[in-house]
Amino acid sequence: MLARSGAETAAISAAALLGALVLFGAFVALRGLSPLEVYAALFLGAFGTWFSIEQTLTQAAPLMLTGLCTALPARAGLLVIGGEGALVVGGVATVLVGATLAGWPPPLAVALMCMTGALAGGLWIGAAGALRHWRGVNETICTLLLNYIAIAVMNHLVTGPIRDFAQVLKPASWSIGERLMIGELPGTSVHWGLAFGVVACLLTWGLMRHTTFGFAVDILGGNVRAAQMAGLPIGAMVLATCFVGGAAAGLAGTIEIVAVHGFASSSLVVGYGYAGILVAFLARQNPLAVVFVAILLGGISASGGLLQRRFGLPDAATLVLRGLLFVAVLAGNTLYGRFKIFRPPAA
Amino acid sequence: MTEAPPAVEVLGMTKRFGDLLALDGVSLALAPGSFHAVLGENGAGKSTLVKCIMGYHRPDAGRVLVGGREWAIGNPRQAHRLGFGMVYQHFTLVPSMTVAENLVLGAEDLPAVIRWDEERAKIDAFQRRMPFAIDPARPVATLAAGEKQKLEILKQLFLGRRILILDEPTSVLTPDEADQILKAMRELTEEHRLTVVLITHKFREALGFAREVTVLRAGRRVGGGLVKDLTRDDLARMMIGSASIPDPAARQATASRAIGLEVESLNVLNDKGTVAVRDASLRVHAGEIVGVAGVSGNGQRELVEVLARQREPASGAIRVGGAVYARTRAEMRRHRVFVLTDEPLRNACVRTMSVAENLAFRNFDDRRNTIGGWLVSRRALRAQARALIERYRIRTPGPQARLETLSGGNVQRTVLARELSEDVAVLIAQNPCAGLDFAATAEIRARIMGARNAGAAVLLISEDLDELLELADRIVVMFEGRLVHETSRETADAHTIGHYMASQP
Ligand SMILES: Nc1ncnc2c1ncn2[C@@H]1O[C@H](COP(=O)(O)OP(=O)(O)OP(=O)(O)O)[C@@H](O)[C@H]1O
Ligand SMILES: [Mg+2]
Repeated sequence: MLARSGAETAAISAAALLGALVLFGAFVALRGLSPLEVYAALFLGAFGTWFSIEQTLTQAAPLMLTGLCTALPARAGLLVIGGEGALVVGGVATVLVGATLAGWPPPLAVALMCMTGALAGGLWIGAAGALRHWRGVNETICTLLLNYIAIAVMNHLVTGPIRDFAQVLKPASWSIGERLMIGELPGTSVHWGLAFGVVACLLTWGLMRHTTFGFAVDILGGNVRAAQMAGLPIGAMVLATCFVGGAAAGLAGTIEIVAVHGFASSSLVVGYGYAGILVAFLARQNPLAVVFVAILLGGISASGGLLQRRFGLPDAATLVLRGLLFVAVLAGNTLYGRFKIFRPPAA
Repeated sequence: MTEAPPAVEVLGMTKRFGDLLALDGVSLALAPGSFHAVLGENGAGKSTLVKCIMGYHRPDAGRVLVGGREWAIGNPRQAHRLGFGMVYQHFTLVPSMTVAENLVLGAEDLPAVIRWDEERAKIDAFQRRMPFAIDPARPVATLAAGEKQKLEILKQLFLGRRILILDEPTSVLTPDEADQILKAMRELTEEHRLTVVLITHKFREALGFAREVTVLRAGRRVGGGLVKDLTRDDLARMMIGSASIPDPAARQATASRAIGLEVESLNVLNDKGTVAVRDASLRVHAGEIVGVAGVSGNGQRELVEVLARQREPASGAIRVGGAVYARTRAEMRRHRVFVLTDEPLRNACVRTMSVAENLAFRNFDDRRNTIGGWLVSRRALRAQARALIERYRIRTPGPQARLETLSGGNVQRTVLARELSEDVAVLIAQNPCAGLDFAATAEIRARIMGARNAGAAVLLISEDLDELLELADRIVVMFEGRLVHETSRETADAHTIGHYMASQP
């Protein structure tokens, strides 16, 4: 969509980022720290060394996928915040299937698990889309509640039916086994999830930017009445965007299992889904921008440890920064069209 | 409100949008109590002129003098403070609130606590001095279009604005309602209580009510003067210059009696859940224009919405070419059904998409606009847009311009280009010429007639009885959701139709 001039988007996003940084600077100054030093450390922790870059990219991988979970339905005019739940559902489904695949050749098993996770997440958010389209249920509230349900279901499963009692630290599910875990990208300590995330973003970008489907979704997101008049299959489009978005988040759940944990537990619920909402908004629902925003936010999370060690800032400090970013972005959205220099369209 | 409006002078107003010179040194003198009409073809710069005066746009050059002094008007608030008020084609009232609340809440410096008894007394006193009054206790949602537009004007006056700028205020009104309002405005100007600037496409309104006229073309003042020295032809010539107006297309005899569009026992509910269309049955033959007359708000909108798939019918059947019509995209395409609705920005366009994209809503997935059937070819869309922009004379900076930067009439033309450019078998058109200048109106009517002559079944829903009498082969009258009267072109008579429009006989 040619919706907004690129310069305007870039300028406003940058202004929002700057605004959030200033506010966060005030926050750390209140704690008696020097904002500049904190930011220097933040940068160091995120991008300063090869090791921190690897950390950042590892964090960014799931954020790309959960970012899509909000970004895609938003293109069709829906505000979906169910990435967290879809990720959990995808992770649990992955374990359920993966635990039965012990003897399978790993590539096949991994492919099956990816499809399972994506399918589960897709159906999860797709259900919200269906409720929205055919029953008029508000998709935002619905997906929020679905998050709680997903987490509760997982907790129930890992404390009972699929609990692995060999794991003593906290309740956890059966493992898929070391053999089915996927490793790191060659020459790095970044797991393959990054490739999944980048490829998913590129594919959806192509889908939205260049296909007739993407064009139709832009009409729907821009004006439902125009879409109705054009005879577009609105229900199917709502379902499809929700399904693909949910599938991306579900895939993030799969990756958390096959690349990181090997089993489902409360470590799946670390806020990737919610951070994905922020990613989508910062990226203005553009799948290509999601890649870069996810890396930026991944960097902020990755540097949390360093901030804690060096300045004694609580781990939640990066959450504060994230929250401030979100508020700044939402505030920034009200600024579109306010600046005359961006008005004249190119002839 | 007893104070007379100040004299206003607008000098050398100039405004560029990118490469487009939308306004080129336009001046306007408004003596206290003048009634000034601004005419001009679509995209001439009328709205831009008043938006510059009101501070919505920052002009590139030009000054505004109020009461002999120059003021820099940077935003609408400042314009309001100087006494400027603006009334638009669309309503800006809050429907769920009462008339009194709407009057009071428009104020910019609203006190923290509103003393309603005082305000009500003020409103009563105010309404006594006005040529029209509306019961302050009524919720706005229950007002008819004419009453709402009156209230918009009352609100401006109540807020102490004495230079009123009206941008096509009558396009939502019946001619009677429009006359009534304009007459009242004229009286207020004659008593020197108000200065009025009226943007309109209707010569009748300019000649009948204004005292002075300014005509714009391509951003320039090309003529004007006192109304008493001007005729309709003078104005028309000034507006379009040397361009010629297309002749009305002749009605040709069409042989086929095949049924194009058929509606049977259709019942439709409106948003509030009450019946808006009641048991409507109607047939439109190929090569025929069936006109639906009626005062707005008698179910026409809901009828069109059902045909345009923007609303589900409660019961009844719709058939196209003899087959049940389920209103899918495939069927729209197979039966070549096209729709021109009211309010194109609300109903038929995406304002943030480009002109080229908006022109492609019907056919972006056609073979010729895609690569391999599923990749949109931007190049094909641009080529299509360039051709349509040329053929329909859409004034736009280019195919890539966002639709919302087009003037109202050019948005309308964009939709017309999209819906009329292909081979049409069934056309549903609602007020297709609202907001178009007279040349464009003639052109569009000619195109609709052309479609009919080529065998299209046309359902023309219009509040403009003259339009129906000119175009329709048959006219049915819609009143309170029912089709209450039908007459053929030969026996049609404005008086009888008007009678049925107003009430049942
Ligand atoms: N925000 C904008 N950005 C770019 N171009 C604009 C913008 N607003 C108006 N224009 C252009 O300026 C020209 C004049 O537009 P304007 O709205 O003043 O026309 P108008 O005389 O009111 O026409 P109409 O009768 O169709 O309402 C048009 O060509 C339009 O495309
Ligand atoms: Mg205009």
